[in-house]
Amino acid sequence: MRIVAEHLGYTYNARSPFSTRALDGIDLTIEEGEFFGIIGHTGSGKSTFVQHLNGLLRVPSAEKHGKKKMRGDTVLRVGDFDLTDKKTDFRALRRSVGMVFQYPEYQLFAETVFDDVAFGYKNFAEKKPEREELEKVVREALEIVGLDYEEIKEMSPFDLSGGQKRRVAIAGVIVTRPEVLVLDEPAAGLDPLGKREVMELLHRLHREWCKTVVVVSHDMDEIAENCTRVAVFADGKVKYVLPPRELFRRSDELLSLGLDIPLTAKLVLALAARGIDIDCDYSTEDFVAKVLSLGKGGAC
Amino acid sequence: MTALEFRDVSFRYGEDGAFAIENLNFSVEEGEFVAVLGHNGSGKSTLARLADGLLTADRGEISVFGEPITEKTLQSVRKKVGIVFQNPDNQTVASIVEDDVAFGAENIGLPREEIGARIAFALGAVGMEEYRTAMVSRLSGGQKQRIAIAGVLALRPKLMILDESTAMLDPRGRREIVDVVRRLNEREGVTVLMITHFMEEAMLASRAVVMNRGEIVMRGAPAEIFRRHEELLTYNLALPRIGEICKRLQAGGLPVSDTLDADALAEEIAKCVS
Repeated sequence: MRIVAEHLGYTYNARSPFSTRALDGIDLTIEEGEFFGIIGHTGSGKSTFVQHLNGLLRVPSAEKHGKKKMRGDTVLRVGDFDLTDKKTDFRALRRSVGMVFQYPEYQLFAETVFDDVAFGYKNFAEKKPEREELEKVVREALEIVGLDYEEIKEMSPFDLSGGQKRRVAIAGVIVTRPEVLVLDEPAAGLDPLGKREVMELLHRLHREWCKTVVVVSHDMDEIAENCTRVAVFADGKVKYVLPPRELFRRSDELLSLGLDIPLTAKLVLALAARGIDIDCDYSTEDFVAKVLSLGKGGAC
Repeated sequence: MTALEFRDVSFRYGEDGAFAIENLNFSVEEGEFVAVLGHNGSGKSTLARLADGLLTADRGEISVFGEPITEKTLQSVRKKVGIVFQNPDNQTVASIVEDDVAFGAENIGLPREEIGARIAFALGAVGMEEYRTAMVSRLSGGQKQRIAIAGVLALRPKLMILDESTAMLDPRGRREIVDVVRRLNEREGVTVLMITHFMEEAMLASRAVVMNRGEIVMRGAPAEIFRRHEELLTYNLALPRIGEICKRLQAGGLPVSDTLDADALAEEIAKCVS
């Protein structure tokens, strides 16, 4: 499913003294099959944007049919779903677009891991699923997130470690096999190893279950290592949409926006200042390979 | 003077569980800035909670500025120790910044003028003076966490414990907190015990310890600890990314020295390839 947004705007507390313009004319297309990154400051609009993707926030009718600026030209489509249309089947949309919020483990609630993961499935099922079917889908969801079904199904989610809880929470979202998976800071608050495991999990999901993965992150290293393309949000607008290789070549511009850059980009800048040009895609792998290829023949 | 001392301390959650902390010996001297590293579940947060008397040791003794923590001394210990937790949203109690900062000080029954002075001091120390009458709910995560620190500072603690206080913040918020903590340590002489899994933050400490399975398994200056990377890996800790790049370059035959500073590494690479 392709995601297309054109002229998308959103104002919190519209027509009140606290009105805040969170999205100000977003134009962004995410192709099916991408591992797409969204970066930007707190308050840049990135969370507001992703909450539109499964209809948690709706395109307000005022924006759609409003006066001068918008005049009904707002476009927001996910696959065949037209999200500007009130008659759209949002339930069906939510089955296809899975949303994992920040710290999803805080949303675990059931008495057992099984019940927690099954909840999402039952919630979206057309009719009440048979026990057998439920067992099958929960098992598959827990297994793909790397947990042992038999061992964990009867445990209380609250007795698990932080990393396990997060996996269970993700399992509860992907149990409906969404085509698009959107995650807000999926690795935040985990230790470095936990982070790495979560990113590996997302790649596995991307390969096997979810065609498109959209990740909102503050961690530039994570973005540089993993994403096909990256959108930079600033002040409710999309500043750039580029693959990491091109985006981090503009490190100076990112820094002037007050954003961080990945370590590899810092090293590329520091080497450029010493007259050494490295052309890499800013993954650790490629950076190391390119530096080593320079070193051939040189001696220390 | 020793600010915090653990002598043969053991603790477990529940009667029959494994020990979260076992035979731990550890001390922090007054004025030090000590980082505690460890993967999730290594016992580092338990250590923080024991030091503040939120948990009671099953065995051994913990003392704070020479005073052993017991039920009787708990009140006086808590005046010396302040703790800041992970989630900024769980640590604010009032809707206006100054009320929130005053909460702890009011609770211990300080006179009104004194509280006013302490709010001013605490907000100044965290760089939030101009938010004195702002709504807490309208602050960023980093600002809320600075308010949480100010609330602790208003009690004038001599030892401040940060239990992954930056984990939920964005990079800018994290920098804000780290700057504040450093300043408090350097200028106000507050002893700091910082529990973190950001290796970059641990680099700022004067000393670091690594915990694994409830025990301290490595001690030393941060740079020295990061040099022992094979050992770190066995404790489920990853090197900071820059350390990893150094190792990979070395493995590929480029003889760069170990460093955790991007500019220094660029210099090393430049030396080697030119």
